[in-house]
Amino acid sequence: MSTTTSNLSQGAAATKDKSSIIGRGNKEGNQLFRDWYQELTTAPQRGEHSAYVFVMGSMAEVLQSFGIHTIFPEVNGLQTAVRHVADDYIAQGEDYGFSTDVCGYVKADVGLQLRGGDHPMGKIPKPSLAVYTNACNTYVKWAEIWERMYNMPSVTIDVPGSRAAGRHTWSGHVDFENDLKYVRGQINELITVCEQVTGKKFDIDRLRETMHYSNVMLERYERLLELNKAIPAPYNAVTDGTVYLGVANGFRGRAEGAQYFTDLVEEMEYKVANKIGTTFEEKYRLVFVGVPCYPIFRRFNEMFTEWGGAFVGSSYMWFASGGANTGFQYDLDNPMDSLAEGLLVTTRDAMDTMFFSNRQIVDNIEPYKIDGVVYHPIKSCRTVSTGLADNRRAVIDESGAATLFIESDHMDKRVVSEAQMKNRIDAFFEGLATRKVRESR
Amino acid sequence: MAYAGGVDVGSTQTKAVIINEKLEIVGRSLTDTGSNVTVAAENAFNEAIKNADIHEEEEGVEFIVGTGYGRYKVTFGDAQTTEISCHGRGAVHMFPGTRTVVDMGGQDTKAIRVAETGEILDFVMNDKCAAGTGRFLGAAASALGVPLGELGGVALKSSRPVKISTTCTVFADGEILSLIGKGKKVEDVLLGVHQSVVSRALSLMRRVGIEKEVTFTGGVANNIGMVTVLNQELGFDCNVSSDSHYMGALGAALFAMDRIMAGRKGQHGMAEVK
Repeated sequence: MSTTTSNLSQGAAATKDKSSIIGRGNKEGNQLFRDWYQELTTAPQRGEHSAYVFVMGSMAEVLQSFGIHTIFPEVNGLQTAVRHVADDYIAQGEDYGFSTDVCGYVKADVGLQLRGGDHPMGKIPKPSLAVYTNACNTYVKWAEIWERMYNMPSVTIDVPGSRAAGRHTWSGHVDFENDLKYVRGQINELITVCEQVTGKKFDIDRLRETMHYSNVMLERYERLLELNKAIPAPYNAVTDGTVYLGVANGFRGRAEGAQYFTDLVEEMEYKVANKIGTTFEEKYRLVFVGVPCYPIFRRFNEMFTEWGGAFVGSSYMWFASGGANTGFQYDLDNPMDSLAEGLLVTTRDAMDTMFFSNRQIVDNIEPYKIDGVVYHPIKSCRTVSTGLADNRRAVIDESGAATLFIESDHMDKRVVSEAQMKNRIDAFFEGLATRKVRESR
Repeated sequence: MAYAGGVDVGSTQTKAVIINEKLEIVGRSLTDTGSNVTVAAENAFNEAIKNADIHEEEEGVEFIVGTGYGRYKVTFGDAQTTEISCHGRGAVHMFPGTRTVVDMGGQDTKAIRVAETGEILDFVMNDKCAAGTGRFLGAAASALGVPLGELGGVALKSSRPVKISTTCTVFADGEILSLIGKGKKVEDVLLGVHQSVVSRALSLMRRVGIEKEVTFTGGVANNIGMVTVLNQELGFDCNVSSDSHYMGALGAALFAMDRIMAGRKGQHGMAEVK
């Protein structure tokens, strides 16, 4: 086992013509994604276990140390939307009895389970266990569905302080130490359940190895976010960012994930050094807040790029990255406490990013040279969306930034009105254009 | 004399305006949009030309801007601008003190905050639902058999408005007829309808911040009941122009005149309009 980066090649194209690495991140990310789903499809044949987990607090390091596959129902859901079949899955969930008001991810997952796991990307195995935090209000009820369907254990990790922006305590404070102890105890319970499910003994060295790979990924991911401060931005934080997020979650704690982000940073550093942006001329630099509009994912982005709008930042790349945005580094000499600390501080950060994004947005306006902020509240998720109107107002009051507020959904095409959306987007850019002219005088 | 044109293709009606270099409206026209949006735009524009009494061989409309949902169907136009920008621009042109615009049309209600230059500072619109728009008033008029043009006047006869619990346009018939069935007077129901629509508009306006002066634009601004209830709720009078219905088309024409003044001439213009 290695606890250094020596087993990762320092950029696959180190000796080749570097221009060939442009586009590698998306190509290899998509390939990794396909490989991952294939691996999941064939896992039951090999007698391997799978856990249903979520992007905020997946506990991938612990699960990977037991050889348990991580399956992200949220990622399964968005894949059905991107592939334009979410309606069928959602309808099946609603036919089963779930209200139209329930999250589209949940209903698409119910549809998926009722189909025996048949999914456009492969066959999703049944779970041996589920692991979730209190990050999302829906996670708890969602896992209860699987408990009823499969009679399997689910482990709830209650992370304190996840609705307490600005009032957090840190290492050394008595409250923080108590919180840490509380989370650590729950991780011990998770380990016990994993031992029961797999019949394997917990191996702390194997955990150290998975944490090492996470460390590499988390450090590179934070660097990746930094690189988009460049003008032009080397990647689109919504479209490309979603590919990166997929790998960050699916390959967390794995050598492939660490290598991917090492290569990706190499590609982006090359693009920055050579002033290479995305595929269009960047006129306006935007930050996206919320969850993307997956039912019209490509078109949604086009409505911005047609105007030269580039998403250089995205709160999605923060809160859905499992804390990778913070660059948190695990202490491999003290893995259990460090794992608990990582879960505690990164889940709190993810929640702050969702519920109180205004602070982070305002802080990022100058370094990322943001021209406008795009809010995308979604019908499915009141948890994420409810406070966005107030957040927007706070950002306007504090920074004077131009903002756009467009409401639709991340899964349910029935509430996505492209014409209305385009009208708002066009008006937003007309305003930005006028503002730029005024500011240039 | 140079002329500029603005064509506002809305969900219900299409409006066209011609302005001169003094930024005065010299021609206007209004027609139902119907199913053929391009034809409606052409008809409205041609009628506005006639109304302006411009002679093609002597003078021409040098630049045309399309706006509204059908703006990309103004095939003879030279550019497109959203009705959000156009209503803001038109309102500030008509009433220079305008800082907040509320535009109520057939399927949209917009609240727009503008700078003194007409620059759009912020805007919000109703979500994918026609509650709180002109369509809801239309549904009420239809359910009660009151001509749309008389709706506001009838509502203002009421002294005991009925609280309308749903603003769903689809269910408006059932809700309204049920109230009539309970013995409520037509005017009381109608005032309740007006109040509920104003309430939704105010909610949007609060989201951008209500700053004086407020200018009310769009076809619904022709409804005296709506203006009266909005003024009551605001606690002050909003600006309403006799051309409020044309405010989007006027804004589009002003944007077109900007281009002419900057030395640009449209590629298409009046000559290509059949």
